[in-house]
Amino acid sequence: MNVSYQWLKNYVDLHDISPQELAEKLTNSGIAVDVVEKVNVALDKVVVGYVLERERHPEADKLSICKVDVGEEDALQIICGASNVDKGQKVPVALVGAKLPDGTKIKKAKLRGVESIGMICSSSELGMNDKLLPKHKTEGILVLPEDSLIGSSIEPVLGFDDYVLELDLTPNRSDCLSMLGVAYEVAAILDRDVRIPENEIGDGVSNQHPVQIDIEAEQACKHYAARLIKNVQVMESPQWLQNRLIAAGIRPINNVVDITNFVMLEYGQPLHAFDYKKLDQPKIVVRLAKPEEKIVTLDDQERSLDDQMLLITDGVKPIAIAGVMGAANSEVTEQTTEILLESAYFDGFSVRRTSKKLGLRSEASLRFEKGVDPNRIYGALNRAAQLLKELAGGELVDVIVEDKKEVPSDTRILLRTSKVNEMLGTDLESEQIKSIMERLKFGIEEQDGEFNVVVPTRRQDISREIDLIEEVARLYGYDQIPATLPYGVYVQGGLTQKQKIRREIKNVLEGAGLQEVISYSFVSEKQLKTVKIEETDFRPITLSMPLSEERKYLRTSIIPNLLEVAQYNVNHNNPDIRIYELGTTFLSNEIHLTALPKEKMVIAGLITGALPTYWKKSNEAIDFYYVKGILENLLNELGINDAEYQPKVVEGFHPGRTAAISVEGEAIGILGQIHPEIQDRYDLTEAYAFEVDLTALWNQVNTEINYKTLPRYPAMQRDIAVVVDYDLEVDKLIRTIRTTGGEILENLQLFDVYVSEKLGLNKKSIAFSLTFRDQEKTLTDEEVTKVYNKILDALVTNYQAELRK
Amino acid sequence: MKEKLEQLQSLALQEVGQAQTMQEINEIKIKYLGKKGPLTEVLRGMGGLSAEERPIIGKLANDVRETIGKEIAEKEEVLKGKEMEQQLKAEQIDVTLPGKPSLKGNRHPLTKIIEQIEDVFIGMGFEIAEGPEVEADYYNFEALNLPKEHPARDMQDSFYITDEILMRTHTSPVQIRTMLNKNGEVPVKIICPGKVYRRDDDDATHSHQFIQIEGLVVDKGIKMSDLKGILLNFAREMYGEDTKIRLRPSFFPFTEPSAEVDVSCMMCGGDGCRVCKNTGWIEILGAGMVHPKVLENAGYDSEKYSGFAFGLGIDRIALIKYGIEDIRNLYTNDLKFLKQFKRV
Repeated sequence: MNVSYQWLKNYVDLHDISPQELAEKLTNSGIAVDVVEKVNVALDKVVVGYVLERERHPEADKLSICKVDVGEEDALQIICGASNVDKGQKVPVALVGAKLPDGTKIKKAKLRGVESIGMICSSSELGMNDKLLPKHKTEGILVLPEDSLIGSSIEPVLGFDDYVLELDLTPNRSDCLSMLGVAYEVAAILDRDVRIPENEIGDGVSNQHPVQIDIEAEQACKHYAARLIKNVQVMESPQWLQNRLIAAGIRPINNVVDITNFVMLEYGQPLHAFDYKKLDQPKIVVRLAKPEEKIVTLDDQERSLDDQMLLITDGVKPIAIAGVMGAANSEVTEQTTEILLESAYFDGFSVRRTSKKLGLRSEASLRFEKGVDPNRIYGALNRAAQLLKELAGGELVDVIVEDKKEVPSDTRILLRTSKVNEMLGTDLESEQIKSIMERLKFGIEEQDGEFNVVVPTRRQDISREIDLIEEVARLYGYDQIPATLPYGVYVQGGLTQKQKIRREIKNVLEGAGLQEVISYSFVSEKQLKTVKIEETDFRPITLSMPLSEERKYLRTSIIPNLLEVAQYNVNHNNPDIRIYELGTTFLSNEIHLTALPKEKMVIAGLITGALPTYWKKSNEAIDFYYVKGILENLLNELGINDAEYQPKVVEGFHPGRTAAISVEGEAIGILGQIHPEIQDRYDLTEAYAFEVDLTALWNQVNTEINYKTLPRYPAMQRDIAVVVDYDLEVDKLIRTIRTTGGEILENLQLFDVYVSEKLGLNKKSIAFSLTFRDQEKTLTDEEVTKVYNKILDALVTNYQAELRK
Repeated sequence: MKEKLEQLQSLALQEVGQAQTMQEINEIKIKYLGKKGPLTEVLRGMGGLSAEERPIIGKLANDVRETIGKEIAEKEEVLKGKEMEQQLKAEQIDVTLPGKPSLKGNRHPLTKIIEQIEDVFIGMGFEIAEGPEVEADYYNFEALNLPKEHPARDMQDSFYITDEILMRTHTSPVQIRTMLNKNGEVPVKIICPGKVYRRDDDDATHSHQFIQIEGLVVDKGIKMSDLKGILLNFAREMYGEDTKIRLRPSFFPFTEPSAEVDVSCMMCGGDGCRVCKNTGWIEILGAGMVHPKVLENAGYDSEKYSGFAFGLGIDRIALIKYGIEDIRNLYTNDLKFLKQFKRV
């Protein structure tokens, strides 16, 4: 809502408050003012001139030599290039020394040998916004109203001496979508009175004569009032009216339309004027549209309606979409002489739904959506009638015709001083609270030290005590409320176990050199199909109205996000990438969700590129085992020492270099090299990634610390090297050694994997270092040898292993 | 015999004096003091001496042995020192060469700020509550006093999946879930961090996905002044002891009274600068007293209990704190960008 400061002065005394001060006061009490702007750039030395004579320039067809009276002793000779300049016009004249908004400085000049002292200006030369002017005013020079005072400054004539306060209204304060609403707010802040526009038109109502009004859709329309006005002369509005509309950001059209807009801005009540002669019968029927019913609106668009949209009809044809836009078939034109003026109370939800569905928003629909004041129906109607009489020569038919159902009335709310203070932490007296209610012009009914507040219908945002407490708080001043701390039982704050573990996971991965990233939950189809980790019949979730194809699905894995991050970095000269993300993935087994999907918290990592350059050469490189080491370390940190890694084929991963990770039979994630084709697609070389489902991990995490006394007896060490088939998984050997070694096998360390033809075809040698220790006594050589032989036997029997000599 | 011993002594001492290495000294030691050495020989040959001569020669031989031994020991000390010196010299390295790079990743700047804020509120007795990112319309809107068709829903256009299921537009549904889980028990004292989603085209200041932290306190006798006190504490922990806050009336459907909260500009201290657009204040929070309808929807008697809630956008805090020009940088994850946020 754009509020003209000058206009506002009509309703509330602002003689001692500047527009800027007013803006600050409004903002501090809850009506945020975005900017305060002058209506137009300040214009000095631009005055009203009167064209006394116009002659054609002897040397140029398109130029005119004008004699212009600017209120000085001598008329000025001004050369003008506009074709519409003519004798007898009042025009804006920039005098010598004036500076125009585009930077032009006016000097004496000679045009084709003829002297020119000053310049007759067009609207755009004055800095006016052409979008807010009728087309004829934007072409050529601007012609001013005949009653403009010659020689006076142009500023008051065109309303340039005004300021506009641009309000950023919150959805609850639709009452401030009107000048009167803003006036009430300002009056409450300043503790002043509100002046309602005077009106000499009576409120006489008849439901018989001369137009029949029928509301058939009571849910969507509670009150429909109208007035018939005859002998109207449609023409241009007076300048003052146009100035008001322009300041509010509305383009003047003609006096009838302008008056309805003016009154809408003033009262917040949208009005609509029908050309009465275009109605098929003297009747208004308010009904719901039929499915697919068609209507051509004022903007010449054909609209197809549904059966929840409210229509205004003349009983034969639709003449308006209620509260949204009129139909072209009953539009007011220059030929119109009889007007049926509508002032109605349409249901906000209904208008909102219709305007949203049709993609058709208007100043009217905006106001209906948010709720208008049902008690301004007559006021606005009569105000407009009065103006039509004054400015369009209209003759009123002396009654309002209407159909009225039940409309909201004033609300009575109990306001307790104790509750106000309890809620705000203040120490206000009843009198102070009462005085705030009075400033708001709310009624007060006292009873037993408490009072009922009578809230007028213009403030439909107020329906219960808390709403009134807010009014007290904002008018008393938020800055007056003290700062205290809650009084009550002290509770211990803290992280939950899972939250602590999550932070620990991040610490461990960062300790291994991985950088945290945060990426988007929405992915493209391409990303979605990159990897498929989940085997069960889960389906990706699709947004019903995505912003783009790139962000259409909810991610089912974080690995595609990490690949995208890696690709970006490789292409931006960061080839060595070690990243992780802890976040959510989304899966459901439904095609159309009827329940919330499964959200998994997962930890995913990706490593590619080289280790940091070091001047001492080492042959350490990033491979599967490097990344596995990081993951093992992470799991150990969480007390998980028995994770199993089994080869697995996973879509998007290298089939020979990928493992499924499980703990005690429960799958917790995957680890592997990205499939070479996918690596190529993301511009990557060898890349390794893992993703672990934290929701599965929670059950396995062991954060208990079990202390054991340090060993008192010596350990014995034996190495064992066996030759086995190349394909045999070493993990099997390890498990067999562990089981066979029993309690005294304290530690097992794999220290060599050797492959050579010398060992035989498809053979490899695996060497372990075994540490034996008994907690109770010193082991003897024989005891250790016995166990060692048992282990060797087991390996030979189970895996046809041969002891390597 | 005596001369022989004296000669032996002087010869040995001379050799010791000339010895340059530990090996030479060892050889001298064996040569003179060893089992097959001349001194042993002398002592062995003592049998042939007279009873008067024996103690004299014996003493002399021992003296010689002691003298040589002492000389050798001293020489050994000197040579050991020398050898150590040589060894150290040989082992000298260039300490100016760079060390082996050890790898250390770090938190995303958003996580750093989340954890900082979490820790501030934990210090004030808050717990951290979490909830789903895909939400039911009821928890995201209706329970929060935002019925369908409510005009205020325009404020946060949402990503719907079905008519009833959407991406949460704020972390407020976590507040509702937490309260419902508490079954009417008090106090409720939580903050809820998490990703939220709104239908905004991504540009320098808008992101369709961002991170929010909301807070909620419900108990008997919670007042708006308490909200002010808690937020003042928070602002001071985040931005320093001298930070001031300012509440301006505003509107949210789920709180009443509602406020926008500004903190005094942390860049200029309130004098006015580019960051605060010369106002001295930076808006960082929305807050208010929990709307009685919300309390009622969550199973609390609004006559008996009251509460306050607040919410802030972490991305915005990060942009201001680090002077980041474009919110999209936070989600592009350029490693050159991320690695700048290393310090604690």
